[in-house]
Amino acid sequence: MLSRVADSLYWMSRYLERAEHAARLLDVNLNLMLDESSISSDHRWLRMLHALGNPSRLKWSGNAYELARNLTFDTSNKSSIVSCIIAARENARQVREQISTEQWQKLNSLYIEVTSPQVKRAMRTDAAADFGGGPTAFLQAAMEAVHQFQGVTDSTMSHGEGWQFIQAGRYLERATATGLLLEAYSEDVWGNPDCVPEGNEYLDWTGLLRCATAFEAYCKVYTADLTSERILEFLLLDAEFPHSLRFSIDSLKHSLQAIQERSGKTRAEELNRISGRLSASLGFASVDEILTGDLVAYLQSIQRQCQAIHETIYRLYVDYPIQTALAG
Amino acid sequence: MDNPSPEAERLPQAATPWNYTLDHAFDEMFAGKDQLREHYVPLLEHFTALPQDELQRRKQAADLSFLNQGITFTVYGREEGTEKIFPYDLLPRIITSAEWAKVERGLIQRITALNLFLRDIYNEGRILKAGIVPREIVYSCWHFRRQMSGLQVPRNVYIAVCGTDLIRLENGEFVVLEDNLRVPSGVSYMLTNRRVMKRIFPQLFREYNVKPIEQYTQLLLGTLRSLAPEGRPEPNIVLLSPGVFNSAYFEHAYLARQMGIELVEGRDLVVHDNVCYMRTTSGLRRVDVIYRRVDDDFIDPLCFRSDSILGAAGLFHAYRAGNVTLANAFGTGVADDKALYAYVPEIIRYYLGEEPILNNVETYLCTREKERNHVLANLDKLVVKAVGESGGYGMLIGTQSTPKERDAFAEKIRANPRNYIAQPTISFSRAPCLIGDELEPRHVDLRPYVLYGDKVTIVPGGLTRVALTRGSLVVNSSQGGGSKDTWVLS
Repeated sequence: MLSRVADSLYWMSRYLERAEHAARLLDVNLNLMLDESSISSDHRWLRMLHALGNPSRLKWSGNAYELARNLTFDTSNKSSIVSCIIAARENARQVREQISTEQWQKLNSLYIEVTSPQVKRAMRTDAAADFGGGPTAFLQAAMEAVHQFQGVTDSTMSHGEGWQFIQAGRYLERATATGLLLEAYSEDVWGNPDCVPEGNEYLDWTGLLRCATAFEAYCKVYTADLTSERILEFLLLDAEFPHSLRFSIDSLKHSLQAIQERSGKTRAEELNRISGRLSASLGFASVDEILTGDLVAYLQSIQRQCQAIHETIYRLYVDYPIQTALAG
Repeated sequence: MDNPSPEAERLPQAATPWNYTLDHAFDEMFAGKDQLREHYVPLLEHFTALPQDELQRRKQAADLSFLNQGITFTVYGREEGTEKIFPYDLLPRIITSAEWAKVERGLIQRITALNLFLRDIYNEGRILKAGIVPREIVYSCWHFRRQMSGLQVPRNVYIAVCGTDLIRLENGEFVVLEDNLRVPSGVSYMLTNRRVMKRIFPQLFREYNVKPIEQYTQLLLGTLRSLAPEGRPEPNIVLLSPGVFNSAYFEHAYLARQMGIELVEGRDLVVHDNVCYMRTTSGLRRVDVIYRRVDDDFIDPLCFRSDSILGAAGLFHAYRAGNVTLANAFGTGVADDKALYAYVPEIIRYYLGEEPILNNVETYLCTREKERNHVLANLDKLVVKAVGESGGYGMLIGTQSTPKERDAFAEKIRANPRNYIAQPTISFSRAPCLIGDELEPRHVDLRPYVLYGDKVTIVPGGLTRVALTRGSLVVNSSQGGGSKDTWVLS
């Protein structure tokens, strides 16, 4: 497979995952805003921006709908939802002949929908929120479209090297996003170990789970009793839940191994080593140990490892020096 | 054109109304008033028997099919919404088997002669020594590449793919308007038009016994394979595209997919020690044949335009070393220069000793003083073309121009006569089209695609382009043209 094609598929997938994640965070927080809260609204929106990696062009000005509009539509902000969808579609267009027609149509119609002027108009009036239109409907539709795209990808594209690059992009993005999300909430949820959430605090904690689509899955495992350790255990270390960090890293590792087998790269030891080490360290970690140590430092170390995996993928498959390729 | 004869009579059962006035241009459907050409009878019967809403329904089905397949082209010079659907007309253009046989023989003769001409001017230059073609015409051509001198190209084939534009004069004779020997495009429209047509009018299609064209991509692949460097039995063939912003990107992706070859861009290619490779996830892979859809100028920044990022540095030297084949070869544009065009009949006689089967359109060269004066005196009647331009750009259509435009062109012609030629305004043939909900005649041309590998092959028909604006003679997609399916009968 051409390196450029792998690069485009990888980024197409990352951008869509990013768009979906941002849409979900925004939707959850707009919903929480309707209730009284133990924490100030400033704090909550700043926390959401933190979870999105504090995009440089996005500032909290005190108006939630303005923030929502900017985060959704501001194309000068490269991490806005619409920017991400445009970028994903642009990547797909560059490799149009590599993906299935169904995939292309799904992504292209999402692009046409989110860039149409009518959509922007619906988001302009705050009042629209009261009538079930407005941001919520749009965000739900966007998330749904991304999910459909992933379904179409799985059922219409050969699960070969290209598909594996799509998986790798998706799970690496998801692992990074979950790590950042936990980091943003670390002070509020794990700052005070003996806290039992009640009322509005309970609502805030379910918000965290909802940000990772994890509330129902959590309840199935632990019932609706929320404790801070269990939340951390679930979002960080659960082996079966697809948005947990461990699940993401395991999936990433599998995709990277599949890519290595198909492309016959012999110099993949470094990539195997760092992805395997991260996967193993999550597999054998205990939540008590993590909480006795420095949680933020732990999460940041995971993020650094994700970054190193990304760079190694690039060095190995996409942006390798010609001299080494000629020698090997 | 302003000489409308009475409207052809409405057939009593006609569900689709007519707005069909004949003029002096050749009409593909009517030989004269009420004289329907025989091969158009079933078509017209079929169409007029269809209720109007049914016809519109099928038209919409065709449009939707194009939209969903993303069959688009890019219009330059606009920021957003740059992808457009190539307009498509529902009525096929029909060519009889006898008409086609002559066109085919003529095209084979022409490409054979032009190929011999290219080989000659880049090697011995016999035709220049014989004085048949003036040296200054060849050496002053923008597309002449001295880098090609003395180079032996595989099988001596310079023009692997060519798209020749034909028009029909008022007497119905097919003549050559232009040879496109560099990177002709449009073949994907020919193929998708056919696919849509077969789906929408299956019965009519079966009745007509149309010659197939679907084998084109396979023939193209075979042509490219036959040009591989020696000693490469399993050649790696790729299609080199300028990328997603090129107007014909859809076609590049389509052809690559249909042939099952990689679509590469310049940044995917690396040349090392005169061998061309592409970057893959499993390392560098050698490339043997490049079907390039990038112009000469942009292929190699070391040899041609140094600001190009569409090609690969060193590619030309790899080509000269015989390690990779490029199709078409470099420098083929000298043979489709509009001034050289005037010499093509002589070129055919010189190399093949035959009379041209397909004639040229009468052409005035502005380099010849007598002809230049004639052109300058008759600017309002002639079509003036810049020799290096294509796609309908850089043209003056005298009958539709203002005095100011004509003055500007006269100035340009005097300043640089080599750059201009002129031809009489030809009212080329018209075919019935569905415009809104009526049948109206529109001007059409024909671009057959000629392949030259171990032999010359032409799929029957080609792309029929339509000037969709009433009275317009411009068929280019960038300027309001559309296309229709072309049926060659067996």
